[in-house]
Amino acid sequence: MDTNFSAEDLAFRDEVVAFLETAWTDEHEAHLRDPQAGMQAIIDWQKRLHARGWLAPGWPVEYGGTDWTTTQSFIFETERATAGAPDVPPFALKMVAPVIYTYGSDEQKQRFLPRILSSEDWWCQGYSEPGAGSDLASLKTKAELDGDEYVVNGAKIWTTYAQYADWIFCLVRTDSSGRKQAGITFLLIDMKSPGITVNPIETIDGVYSLNEVLFDNVRVPVENRIGEQDQGWTYAKALLAHERTAIAGVADSRRHLGEIRELARQEVSGGRALLEDPAFQARLSSVEIELMALEYTELRVLAAMAEGSGPGVESSLLKIKGTEVQQSVQQLRIDVAGYYCGVIAGESGDIGHSFGSEARRAYMYGRASTIYGGSNEVQKNITAKFVLGL
Amino acid sequence: MNFKLSEEQAMLKESIARFVQDRYDFTARCAAATSEIGFSRENWATFAELGWLSIPFEEEHGGFGGSAVDTMVVMEELGSGLVVEPFVATVLLFGGLLGKGGSAEQKAANISAIIAGELQGAFAFLERQSRYELADIKTVAAGNGSGFTINGEKTVVFNGAAADKLIVSARTSGAQCEQQGISLFLLDASAAGIEKTAYRLMDGQLVANITFNDVAVSADQLVGELDDGYRLITDVINEVIVAISAEAVGIMQKLNDTTVEYTKTREQFAVPIGSFQALQHRMVDMFMGCEQTRSLLYRAVCSMDDQSADAREIEKNILALKVMVGRIGKLIGGESIQLHGAMGVTDELDVGHYFKRLMMINTSFGDADYQQQKFSALTNSG
Ligand SMILES: Cc1cc2nc3c(=O)[nH]c(=O)nc-3n(C[C@H](O)[C@H](O)[C@H](O)COP(=O)(O)OP(=O)(O)OC[C@H]3O[C@@H](n4cnc5c(N)ncnc54)[C@H](O)[C@@H]3O)c2cc1C
Repeated sequence: MDTNFSAEDLAFRDEVVAFLETAWTDEHEAHLRDPQAGMQAIIDWQKRLHARGWLAPGWPVEYGGTDWTTTQSFIFETERATAGAPDVPPFALKMVAPVIYTYGSDEQKQRFLPRILSSEDWWCQGYSEPGAGSDLASLKTKAELDGDEYVVNGAKIWTTYAQYADWIFCLVRTDSSGRKQAGITFLLIDMKSPGITVNPIETIDGVYSLNEVLFDNVRVPVENRIGEQDQGWTYAKALLAHERTAIAGVADSRRHLGEIRELARQEVSGGRALLEDPAFQARLSSVEIELMALEYTELRVLAAMAEGSGPGVESSLLKIKGTEVQQSVQQLRIDVAGYYCGVIAGESGDIGHSFGSEARRAYMYGRASTIYGGSNEVQKNITAKFVLGL
Repeated sequence: MNFKLSEEQAMLKESIARFVQDRYDFTARCAAATSEIGFSRENWATFAELGWLSIPFEEEHGGFGGSAVDTMVVMEELGSGLVVEPFVATVLLFGGLLGKGGSAEQKAANISAIIAGELQGAFAFLERQSRYELADIKTVAAGNGSGFTINGEKTVVFNGAAADKLIVSARTSGAQCEQQGISLFLLDASAAGIEKTAYRLMDGQLVANITFNDVAVSADQLVGELDDGYRLITDVINEVIVAISAEAVGIMQKLNDTTVEYTKTREQFAVPIGSFQALQHRMVDMFMGCEQTRSLLYRAVCSMDDQSADAREIEKNILALKVMVGRIGKLIGGESIQLHGAMGVTDELDVGHYFKRLMMINTSFGDADYQQQKFSALTNSG
């Protein structure tokens, strides 16, 4: 057992830190926070990462990835979070791209991967349906072959960023005669296709991210199918574990905890700093202890991955605990804000603590982290079944 | 010993429940909350007509002379309907201060107007730095011979935007966090030197930051004793804490019912999700949490209505209640969203809105951590 970084690792870390000094500045941060900027701050950030060759660390080198070791990826993630730079949206880079380079045709790889790297194409994930959430395999959106095109009819829901997307990757039903997991096909669908309607869904955090996407006789060329017809479930499932490790957000929680400690140092309660309040200290410490454990759980999962196993079922543990810690951290932040956590930013000027509104937004959106990516209840079912053998 | 409502209380409960049922669905509620004043004047007039605004006031001022249980009954139903109309701010805070500490003239001039639904009031007590410390007051009322001149800023004033009149806490002597030296003043919200910035909170209520620039008040605008306002403030706020706790219990009950119902109808894996034991146990926890909170609520109101109860016992009961309201509120709100899945995070469903009100109730007048420390100090000191 050894968790020390090698000399090369330390040199790599210096490189990452140096890059972030110019690639993620206060100005970039301000742009990200500007509600008018929409996705532009993220697109610009992706472009800076791409220019450095670091946008797609997990991809094979031949498609534009890096050949980072697991330790290097870990170092990058840690430094990125410490600098306050956001994680890039996962839909293109961490979800559809691995499906394309693992199961796609050469033609598909050449057509889609470069445009993902250059941020020309934005992707969204069309899995969930009104009747198919945790029970994803019960999905009903239908695709029927008509010549060399599929005709797609149905509804997807909770589609994050569909409003920005050029493409949507979908699981659709092509056969309903057998097991529900059989008969699912993986399609890449151009969002500009006639027959697609995107309806916004308002959420409790007040920021527009979710949509309903309706398909009315949408024609999709067969060449946009990944792999074989009716085999889509296998392709999708293989990558769900990656999604879960990404959701854990361990390094970001570490940064947020540091921020909260600073805020509590400045917040005054009855003439003294909130940070000196024993009850607050106890809660902060409890969260930090969970996080310390989680940091090593993540390292253990990464180490296992480096040896070629996983991320397997342990990714459920990481997802459950990671999102629980995130929610505890979000809870602490709104509690520091006190009354001002209720203030809705943009309503008027200088009202109280400037961080209150952002704290509430993060807290509200954070409720979803235990629901998406396979809900925490479903992760516990998986763990009980496949880890404990129950 | 019994925990039954009187016939009159049962009728009161039913009349509010009927109003919510017939005239206050979620759409109507949102329309009221997003209107310019943050509530519906028409609804307010109905509350007056039905006599709800008179409940806590003494009979000699035209009130109903209600007990803590009566107020509890009202608040629980208002919670269940997620009613955004400023009953707490106008009737319980502003009206409560006048009822308990106002001069005969102040009562005569204002209480009947509140009961008639013609006067909106607010209590400006919070300041930017004060967090939950009611004595952390920088606003100053400087004596000038005949009266006082007020300077300072109050934040998050409930109903501050719509209020016709305000009661403001200000320092007439003493240092920033001292309990002694705080005085209360009653003034027109339109008085010269008052500026308001209105904004909304997450639970839909319209509040305001209010600045006082050389606002002149006369000695007869003092509410209660000079320098001795802290006691009056805490007396009234303790009652309000119990009232919003009753509101919270109404919300918890509603969220629990909604969630249980949803899990009976939502199907995944070809069965209702309510058939999964993992979820059943969590709904049982929600149920137990709500019942335990209700027990502390009854404990508090019974002690408040008991003439022979010890003041320290009452305070302990109130602190314990507010701690549990905060903790269980978070549990029930969070679980309600979780068990609704992605539906739970939509703005269209009322679940998130109930949750936000529970969060504001936790924060209001001191959150669970804060109240628990007060509880510890009270119970563990000699
Ligand atoms: C913010 C957000 C963004 C999203 N983005 C996307 C996206 O971009 N693309 C996409 O396709 N989907 C997206 N989703 C959808 C997400 O994947 C689903 O919400 C998730 O799969 C859960 O499904 P559901 O919401 O229908 O809840 P349900 O499946 O109805 O679950 C309701 C409750 O029942 C519990 N439950 C269900 N089954 C079991 C069981 N067997 N045992 C115990 N408990 C159970 C759940 O844990 C949950 O608490 C997003 C969701 C959210 C909230």
